Amino acid sequence: MIPETPSPTHGYPGRLLVFEGLDGSGKSTQARLLGKWLQARGYRVFFTEWNSSELVSQTIRRGKKKGLLTPTTFSLLHATDFADRFERHILPPLRAGYVVICDRYAYTAFVRDAARGCDPEWVRTIYSFAPKPDRVFYFQVGVAVSLQRKIASRLKISYYEAGMDLGLSDDVRESYEKFQNRLKREYDAMAPRDEFVIVNANRPVEVVQAELRHQLRPLLNNFPTVETLIHDH
Amino acid sequence: MTTRNYGTRLPGMPRQRLTGRLIVIEGADGSGRSTEVGLLREWLEIQGHAVVDTGLRRSTLLSEQIDEAKRGHTLGAATMALFYAADFADQLENKMIPSLAAGSTVLADRYIYTLMARAIVRGASRDWAQRLYGFALQPDLVLFLDARPEILLHRAIAKYGSLDYWESGMDLSLSRDRFESFFRYQELLRKEFEWMASPYKFHVVDANRSPLLVHTDVRKIVQPLYARGSASEPLGPEPPARPAVSARRRAPSAASA
Repeated sequence: MIPETPSPTHGYPGRLLVFEGLDGSGKSTQARLLGKWLQARGYRVFFTEWNSSELVSQTIRRGKKKGLLTPTTFSLLHATDFADRFERHILPPLRAGYVVICDRYAYTAFVRDAARGCDPEWVRTIYSFAPKPDRVFYFQVGVAVSLQRKIASRLKISYYEAGMDLGLSDDVRESYEKFQNRLKREYDAMAPRDEFVIVNANRPVEVVQAELRHQLRPLLNNFPTVETLIHDH
Repeated sequence: MTTRNYGTRLPGMPRQRLTGRLIVIEGADGSGRSTEVGLLREWLEIQGHAVVDTGLRRSTLLSEQIDEAKRGHTLGAATMALFYAADFADQLENKMIPSLAAGSTVLADRYIYTLMARAIVRGASRDWAQRLYGFALQPDLVLFLDARPEILLHRAIAKYGSLDYWESGMDLSLSRDRFESFFRYQELLRKEFEWMASPYKFHVVDANRSPLLVHTDVRKIVQPLYARGSASEPLGPEPPARPAVSARRRAPSAASA
């Protein structure tokens, strides 16, 4: 069942694709479209998002109410949550030879924790259980575009998305802008070190998607589809 | 007095002088920790020191969630280690540091060492565990109550009438037999505490003896910590390096450890 083409990056038979970027950069839309395409081409695809498990979101809600959360506990709680997701939802399909698509990965924690003042090397250490992905697509947009899309989506900007805990501003929108600016700086600085594929996300959805599909072709050379697996056995 | 951590800064903490003392009591379940904490607390209070005690899994933030997770036995090794670290960080920042800033003595019934040992025997690397807890404060004193596994076993059975699932390390699948698993698990933990003893400056106390004998040793080790003045007096400027009691100065009975 398991294909014999381990990834040179992490050694598992599957492929790990990561989508990173600011809120409103369009990465989630692109990740979904790419997943659809891969499935249609016969690959086994597994999709995960950066959302909190009940266990951790409960804790964060409680901590927030009581004013107990600090950058360190906040960081460790998110790491706990990611570790759980990793051990439960990312590693098994990766070992089983799936294309695993992650809408946000450890890099999200790196930028957020750094923006909150945590020691960046410490944060990297605690996430060292998470292997380097085969590709990290960084959806680069200006903060103004991110804010615009956020407002257009009519979703309420949450307290933590706006980085309100940092006391940057009492105004949610202003705080959001300042916080997202910090995140963007962190992402931009990280891009070369972590070999991000920078995607100019200011362009139309179709153009970006076509570029992604083109980007992925070499990675999927000799990578088995469900079809080939059935015929081989 | 305790102002240094193990290498990682705690962001968002106001700069403050921690004038209290942080004393850690480590040891396996059944090594007599709680009894010694009680006796030590009594003794310190009689001398006029304010004492606050803390233990693992007593934080307001997480203890319920951890209990819930443990009931389900569903979390992986890295997840559990990080969960415990979050819980510890909460206690450190919201309880220990404020108490130390107020000049109290904090008596910690277990500290990062137990958490590190548990994570390591479940597959974490020593390096990862050490770095993870880099934000922890270096205690003024670490007392390690060292007891033989047979002693631990008898005390556990006398106390609970059985062997606890977690204290026997049943989640590690060392053996399906709880008795056998208990010994192997305690042996693994002991190996981790052994290498920690020197870098983390443990004062090893022979805990195979009666609580009062152990307490006599504990007093001798703790005493010098208060020699420079009472806890209510502000201390002088912080010395550059930590002159605190070193690993060399051990309890008289350390030879049997």
